[in-house]
Amino acid sequence: MNLHLPSAPHTHAPDSVPRIMGLVLLAVAPTALYGLILFGWPALNLLLVTVLACLICEAACLSIAGRPVKPSLWDGSALLTGVLLAVSLPPWAPWWIGVLGGFFAIVISKQVFGGIGQNLFNPAMLARVALLVSFPVEMTTWIHPHPLFSSAAPGLLDSLAITFSGISDVDGVSGATILGHVRTQLGMNQTLGQILPEHYQSGIAALGWTGGSIGETAEWLALGGGVWLLWRRVITWQIPVAMIATVAVLAGGFHLLNPDRFADPGLHLLSGGLMLGAFFFATDPVTSPTTPIGQLVFGAGCGALVYIIRTWGGYPEGVAFAIVLMNAATPLIDHYIRPRIYGRTWGGQSRPVKRPPAGSGEAP
Amino acid sequence: MKLFDFWGGVHPAGHKHLSADQPIRIMPPPARLQIPLQQHTGLPALPVVKVGESVCKGQLLARGQGAVSASVHAPTSGTISAIGDFTAPHVSGLPLPTITLDSDGEDRWLDREPLPDPFALVPEQIAVHIAEAGIVGMGGANFPAALKLNKARQAKVHTLAVNGAECEPYMTCDDRLMRERAAGIVDGVRLMLYALQAPQAVIAIEDNKPDAIISMTAACHGDPQIRVVVVPSRYPAGSAKQLIQLLTGLETPAGGRGTDTGVLVHNVGTAYAVHRALRQAHPLISRIVTISGGAVAEPQNLEAPIGALVEDLLGFCGGVNGEIAKLLMGGPMMGQPLPSRQTPMVKGTNGVLALTAAEAQLTTPSPCIRCGRCVDACPMGLMPLEMSKRARHDDLDGALAFGLIDCISCGSCAYACPSHIPLVQYFEYARGALEAQERAEQKSKETRRLLEQRQARLARAEQAKVEAAAKRLAEKQRAKAAKAGVGVAA
Repeated sequence: MNLHLPSAPHTHAPDSVPRIMGLVLLAVAPTALYGLILFGWPALNLLLVTVLACLICEAACLSIAGRPVKPSLWDGSALLTGVLLAVSLPPWAPWWIGVLGGFFAIVISKQVFGGIGQNLFNPAMLARVALLVSFPVEMTTWIHPHPLFSSAAPGLLDSLAITFSGISDVDGVSGATILGHVRTQLGMNQTLGQILPEHYQSGIAALGWTGGSIGETAEWLALGGGVWLLWRRVITWQIPVAMIATVAVLAGGFHLLNPDRFADPGLHLLSGGLMLGAFFFATDPVTSPTTPIGQLVFGAGCGALVYIIRTWGGYPEGVAFAIVLMNAATPLIDHYIRPRIYGRTWGGQSRPVKRPPAGSGEAP
Repeated sequence: MKLFDFWGGVHPAGHKHLSADQPIRIMPPPARLQIPLQQHTGLPALPVVKVGESVCKGQLLARGQGAVSASVHAPTSGTISAIGDFTAPHVSGLPLPTITLDSDGEDRWLDREPLPDPFALVPEQIAVHIAEAGIVGMGGANFPAALKLNKARQAKVHTLAVNGAECEPYMTCDDRLMRERAAGIVDGVRLMLYALQAPQAVIAIEDNKPDAIISMTAACHGDPQIRVVVVPSRYPAGSAKQLIQLLTGLETPAGGRGTDTGVLVHNVGTAYAVHRALRQAHPLISRIVTISGGAVAEPQNLEAPIGALVEDLLGFCGGVNGEIAKLLMGGPMMGQPLPSRQTPMVKGTNGVLALTAAEAQLTTPSPCIRCGRCVDACPMGLMPLEMSKRARHDDLDGALAFGLIDCISCGSCAYACPSHIPLVQYFEYARGALEAQERAEQKSKETRRLLEQRQARLARAEQAKVEAAAKRLAEKQRAKAAKAGVGVAA
């Protein structure tokens, strides 16, 4: 009797790390499925390869470190990292992108830091950034939608060839994402009024019927999954709301100043995986601040960086860079932004009672 | 009344249905009672009876000593069979000075003379009677009630908050008391208001106790000084600091007292004990306890004599079904695991829980994923994850900087943690280590002081010796000179 932990509490909320990971997986599932349908079997191949690479790397690292493999592998974190990494990759990327990405996510950005809970950067985002700067061609080959079971879709055998030996005719099937296209054309001194009408229909873009990463295009599904996570209390509202609102405000302000140079907030919110990033990557508990105010600062920082990188940076898309940069700022945010302690001032001094106790005979 | 809100908190499953509808049953005294002499904050009481002496029910067994202490009375009539050490109701199971009383089965009262009218006394005198009855805070704080009332009167408290929140899961003793003995509680509240010289009292009850709300509202109907306030069911609404925040929006200053906000919090059980002490000359020798949990055959609420063993309490409730995974004194959020069933209940025992393995939810901790659920749950605005990280690495200063001394050990953080990290245990450990460190510092300071004193003493002795030698030498020379002078003169 009572051989177990002596300390109270002796009851527990029905919550656990595997449950949290499972709920996030469920929330991202519609977005991933949409991407798989939109881009066909090669996308599925890439997803499987990436997830498998993550799981194998996780198991190998745990066993080298002499830690129990099973409980950590079953907590679902490596599986989730694999899925999140895959949905942030170009759908027809070759298999080794998935393998290298998985290796980078699990080994370099997670296990080297000490495993789950210890990593400074979101593994999937850091892996995506590393792949993008190392393999810019493979990481920016955006396939036009090739919906599953449509005539344009590659068959099962063709898709294996695409994943494992490369795409034969890249130019014929791919194009730039809308943000990439805007950047190139702006560089050629065109105005948005000339660029957008032929390439961008906000309705279709909102539905996600366009090129991009597996999970990038259907922003409305990512938004739905994120709202569901909020409703299930898996994540809190501070980070996504601050991030999306910051992008919207910045984009709106600059668009009002010069509509020919700066795209409208709608385009910014519905492209480049902003929703996916705001709800699924920026909210990674390990790499974001733990206090509500810290989370607001973190989210706003992510949003500002996304807009800055997209508008003035060297890359057309900035969600991954923004999140990784803000990850690096998280320890600083958590150090300086702490909640006020009950009965103390923000400075930590004892806080005198604001209203002195009324004398007897007087009700409060 | 406008309600405010307290920070954080959690919604643990109530499990109150197990015992909430069981009326209070009076448990006759078992053959032997083990009555600890320290059931309160402060010094243990000093025995005033001898082994072999026969005592009546209500007779003084041990007198409180010093400013902070409480007297202990005989819960039944019988013979004192031993005064010595017995297992304390604490997780350590360490022995505590205890009076063993063998019941004679007659339950014979001491001649009692209830006061004709307590309100004819001066307020200070009410507190004296409360102290003589051995009443301590019955919500679990165990602080002597009279002392608390006196200090609050001096602090000119304007509101008495009567705590009937009972936010701990499983616990229904306050609920039953409010449902069945509302008039007694309200009378106790009036007496305490008089002792405090305060104008008003609010009785705070969580909204999951509708019957208690109805009966208490009826009992204080027509009294302009007392009203019932329904508070939302959220743990830890029954913690004094959070209750004050809920009722007034004010925070108890760090290092200060609740009365700094003008509010004094007392439990409903304490109010009832005050009523009995002043109206019936009935000292605190029994209390209502909830005996519950999945392993108890017939969960219910007992009015049981202080000093009854957990074994007897469980036996009176039909014994135990299956295996007990955890035996607790108190609720599952803050209760103490008991080392043995041979442990006595005390004045502050609100319940005994025998939990099955399914209820106790024994889990293995996994690494922290920094999700911040503990930060959201903390009613004190702390960052439990940062504090535990530092406590774990023996960085006590770091843990202090994150507010270790502000933690009220409510357990909300550990309840909410998805990694099942025993956060409270880390905090208790750090607090223990801090105390040990302070003791060691105190000891080395004292040693240094004694050493310095000794050195000063030795130096003084040496100085005196040198001075004496010089004096002797001078005298000798003077004598020599005088002699020589005499010689010359001669």
